[in-house]
Amino acid sequence: MKQAHMKKLIKPCGFHCVKVKNLGVSFGSQLVLKDVNLHVHCGSILAVIGQNGAGKSTLIRAMLDEVPHTGSIEFKNVEDGAMQKIRVGYVPQHLNIDKSTPMDVYDLMASFRSRFPVFIKSGKLHAEIIEALKVFQAEDLIDQPLGSLSGGQLQRVLLSLSVMDDPDLLLLDEPVSGVDQNGLDLFYQNMVYIRDHFDVAIIIISHDLQYVRKYADEVILLDQTVLAEGSPEDVYASEAFRKTFGDISIPGQESPSEMQTGAIKITHRSSRSHQAEGEYTGLYQGKHRTEDIKETTRTADVRGGKS
Amino acid sequence: MTSLFEYNFMRLAFAAILIITPLLGILGTMVVQKKMAFFSDALGHSALTGIALGLLLGITGPSLAMLLYGLVFALLLNAIQRHSLSSTDTVISVFASGSTAIGLAILSKGGNISSYSALLIGDILSITRSEVFSLLGILLVTVLFWCLCANRLVAISIHPTMARSANISVRLMENVFSLLIAAVVMLSIRWVGILLISALLIIPAASSRNISCNMREYHVYSLIFSMFSGVIGLVTSYYSNVATGPMIVIVASIIYFATYFYGRRVK
Repeated sequence: MKQAHMKKLIKPCGFHCVKVKNLGVSFGSQLVLKDVNLHVHCGSILAVIGQNGAGKSTLIRAMLDEVPHTGSIEFKNVEDGAMQKIRVGYVPQHLNIDKSTPMDVYDLMASFRSRFPVFIKSGKLHAEIIEALKVFQAEDLIDQPLGSLSGGQLQRVLLSLSVMDDPDLLLLDEPVSGVDQNGLDLFYQNMVYIRDHFDVAIIIISHDLQYVRKYADEVILLDQTVLAEGSPEDVYASEAFRKTFGDISIPGQESPSEMQTGAIKITHRSSRSHQAEGEYTGLYQGKHRTEDIKETTRTADVRGGKS
Repeated sequence: MTSLFEYNFMRLAFAAILIITPLLGILGTMVVQKKMAFFSDALGHSALTGIALGLLLGITGPSLAMLLYGLVFALLLNAIQRHSLSSTDTVISVFASGSTAIGLAILSKGGNISSYSALLIGDILSITRSEVFSLLGILLVTVLFWCLCANRLVAISIHPTMARSANISVRLMENVFSLLIAAVVMLSIRWVGILLISALLIIPAASSRNISCNMREYHVYSLIFSMFSGVIGLVTSYYSNVATGPMIVIVASIIYFATYFYGRRVK
């Protein structure tokens, strides 16, 4: 029933790809990344995994040209080899907001996607933003203050924002705080939804090995440079992976059908709990948890009907 | 009791207040949003250094010297903020104190440092007609800048990297905004005073934040609180024979606490 709202149902064409060649970053004398090569097609999800401090976030910032880097990032049409200017969407882990931030969802979307002054209300822009929010059933949130959103709600708003101007490449930092297991499942389901319905390549910086295994099409293991790449199965079976994360058993490696959220506990060195930081954790967890779970069920229904 | 507008200086002061307060009210919204309170404080304190260096270099007119120094100092603070690895607050504080100390040292050399003490609390009653017009000019520039760039500044305050992905030139925007603050602070400091300029920039926006849920409310309340404090402060100071700057800040502070308690109940 929600399908009627979907404004874009473009199939990925499969002919566009993003290539990162010999990317290198140094901060002063400290070498953070060197010779990073990666390649992702529209319509596929590439997950980047690695220890804390492996340069995952720096990779994203370099790809956005926020930090100086060597090497190149190309956006190509494979069919005719034509180079195009790339549009990149980015979804951060968390925003610099707190309870008192005087911004609603409209303000957030308008400030990033329009030049019309955010301090003057525009009916036309309001309508456009509602349309954009409908992609992730977030249209009811448009007048809600950002500080009052649950982690899951904010996630849906950010995803709507990120696909609003039809990016060619989507860069995401997997949420680590304010989103519980169900929220994370929903997040990855939304990723799959974007992959299948937008002409976009997706790169996710991930901290959760089980979700990567379940949802990513390709994986690269990063530590200054690419240590292993390929399908999740290949990378997880690699020597480099064992060296990085130690001997851990990812349930599902033996029998993928048993993979279920919540039933699995992985303890690896970059455990999620160490990363959960500030902003949302205290504010949202607990209070909105049941709501998120309800959302999961609802959206799962909607998505379920599609596949 | 004489009428408020009988004197020319009161009329000019009133006009100046009606220009300075909305100016600071608008800029303040983003200073608070971007957590730059410390920055504006440091700028205000550096005004004396500007004057001192102006004297040394033989620049005529303290306003020009302050303005030039303010612009340079703002860019310097931005650069420090970008490159420093230790806590920004601490580094800014060191630079601001160091700069102020240099200014005070130079000014005290001749032994007549007390002649600059008027700058500490400002004197809006001494403003001239041409100075009012120059303030009006910078108000227009600010409003224009705001209409063109407010969205980008908001985006940067929410997440710089995300703003970068939306093709916003973060560094350029931050520098232009800092320069504008520096210009406004330096041009209004003679009327408002070094000690209080930062308060006028911060308090109305902070009060507005207590009760606003979106950017429209945030801007409107900040403007209203700022202008209301200015007008009431000026009128009160006239009848009570108290300096205008402090009176305005007292009114603004009362509004802050009122909105704080109101906001806690409502928001």
